[in-house]
Amino acid sequence: MQDGDVVLRTDNLRAHYVLDIPGGQKVVRAVDGVSLQIRRNEIYGIAGESGCGKTTLMKTLYAAINRPLRLVSGSVLYAKDGQELDVYALRKRELRGLRWRYMAYVPQGAMSIFNPVMKIKETYRDFLSSHLKGKTAAEMFEIAKDHIDKLGLPISILEAYPHQLSGGMRQRVAIALAALLRPSVIFADEPTTALDVVVQRGVVQLLKDIQADLHNTIILVTHDMGIHANVTDRLAIMYAGRIIEEAPTVEIFRNPLHPYTQFLINSLPQFGDAGQRVSAPGQPPSLADLPSGCAFHPRCPKAMPICRELRPDTIVIGEHRAACWLHAERGTAQDAAYS
Amino acid sequence: MLPVGCTLKGEQHKMQPILEARNLTKVFYRGSLLARNRIVAVDNVSFQLQRGEVFTLAGESGCGKTTVARMILGFEQPTAGEIIYEKNGETWHHRVWFTQRIQAVFQNPFETFNPLRKVEGYLFETVRGYQLADKRQAALQLINSKLEAVGLSYGEVEGRYPSEFSGGQLQRISIARALLVDPSLLIADEPVSMVDASIRMSIVNLFKRLRDELNMGILYITHDLATAYYLGGRIAVMFRGNTMEMGSVQDVLMHPRHPYTQLLRESIPEPDPAKKWRGRISIAETEQEEYLRVGCKFAGRCPKVMEICKRQAPETVCVDEVYVKCHLYSETRSIEEVSCVQG
Repeated sequence: MQDGDVVLRTDNLRAHYVLDIPGGQKVVRAVDGVSLQIRRNEIYGIAGESGCGKTTLMKTLYAAINRPLRLVSGSVLYAKDGQELDVYALRKRELRGLRWRYMAYVPQGAMSIFNPVMKIKETYRDFLSSHLKGKTAAEMFEIAKDHIDKLGLPISILEAYPHQLSGGMRQRVAIALAALLRPSVIFADEPTTALDVVVQRGVVQLLKDIQADLHNTIILVTHDMGIHANVTDRLAIMYAGRIIEEAPTVEIFRNPLHPYTQFLINSLPQFGDAGQRVSAPGQPPSLADLPSGCAFHPRCPKAMPICRELRPDTIVIGEHRAACWLHAERGTAQDAAYS
Repeated sequence: MLPVGCTLKGEQHKMQPILEARNLTKVFYRGSLLARNRIVAVDNVSFQLQRGEVFTLAGESGCGKTTVARMILGFEQPTAGEIIYEKNGETWHHRVWFTQRIQAVFQNPFETFNPLRKVEGYLFETVRGYQLADKRQAALQLINSKLEAVGLSYGEVEGRYPSEFSGGQLQRISIARALLVDPSLLIADEPVSMVDASIRMSIVNLFKRLRDELNMGILYITHDLATAYYLGGRIAVMFRGNTMEMGSVQDVLMHPRHPYTQLLRESIPEPDPAKKWRGRISIAETEQEEYLRVGCKFAGRCPKVMEICKRQAPETVCVDEVYVKCHLYSETRSIEEVSCVQG
């Protein structure tokens, strides 16, 4: 991998929720040692079930962390204009300058972000006037119109109030708004959740159109493996605050290495094959009280004694990375390969 | 109204349906007194359900599937049509009789249980309410056996509050509670959509076991066609209050005839990078627009739309043991012509 291709790099990133409870502190290890290299011009997927820390990871990458969430170790480095920017070393004003122009965030449930008493065009005007100085109202309206038109959404929505649009249309307008200033990195947190399948497809279509137009990076978080198979170029599987496997999407579906990934993929029912599907046994762990060793070992049918004691390092096998003792001997440890 | 003289696979052999919906219709009014919109949320829906069978009501949100469930459970009065339980004309007014036979499991297990109340309370309350056991020991035994049927034990549940369980566990407890009265029909309204991905299939497998081992009828309401296919049985695909297509899951999902079912089936993201979506789709700006449409409700988005679709609502016809509500299949066209259109 060429270093110039990397747009976002993290190294052993940890972000914990530190809560004061009677008689001490409770630490929720939502992001616990995540190392990522995300490239330019790709759709990078992060999969994981609810409570695995994927939304916290998003917030940490977007530098939007507030107490009780704390950055414990590691840094988030973005490549901008040929140099690396550490977002946690920036001043507030500099960070503000990056938001929406360089990196944009579509939060979960983005369809409810609109002000209900403002028409969509007023939301656009509001957004543009705070980010692009010195434009007249008419110019801003033109920009909004061009933008909506180019993304294939009906122009009439500009005159509508949010409640007049369907959920799927609001979601697409929210995503369109995030792409308005042509950012290099777009984070999308569960953009298709709670939408109908046909509408999901419309949202995914829009995300793909945006990526094809801007040649930027989209980081897509969802628990839906079907969406990942359809959209993403590379895919990371997150479990209990860690990335346990990462590979090109085709490779992960063809050859999942981690037992958890195998369960995730093999348990999905498929059309034309009504054979028995089995879920992973047990329950996802609480992030406040993680099992020792590998966090998946209590549910893993292939658990060995070492899994209970030591946390596996991430090892690199070609383009595939996995954190599992089953494969520890097959590749090089990550730190050597990544530094 | 369903055409006469058409039987579906599996319908002709089993005699007694435990539940039958006949021309069920529900109309809601929306808007102010002067500009009222009449929305037909459920329009002439008919189906039957036997013991030991899974019947799936599938469709997108706002297609009326939950309204059907609410009418069956008696939370909502149908505007027209009737619901017949076990063919003896009993209606939901006979509350106890009814709830001993029909139980429901709802979408969000975190909303099913009061967060300030221990979950065991719900189980004991049901036993007390139906006088299923006279002593605490007998009640415990009954509860434990039902919890074991869903893969839990009383020891895991005792003294704990809903917040101490995961969504999957709570959904199982909710199912165990429904099983206490030994119902013959379970109505499951989107039971897995709020459950973690890695344990979703364990709930679906549980429904399979209830069907096979306890010979229970299950009305499975979902938007997830993949789990519907996995469960087997029969399916009705609804759109804006209408049943667009009804038949066995094998026929309806593997060889969809209605353009809407085809679109729905194509739009499911399959967990296989080799089967990516091709082509583009258009979606409705508002839901109301489609509900108020005259003619076929799907005409605005249908790739095979004809002039007649915009003027006149199609009749339900029977094609190869599948009910289809589409002008492509109306009597004027022979079966051969239709297969040409499909190809």
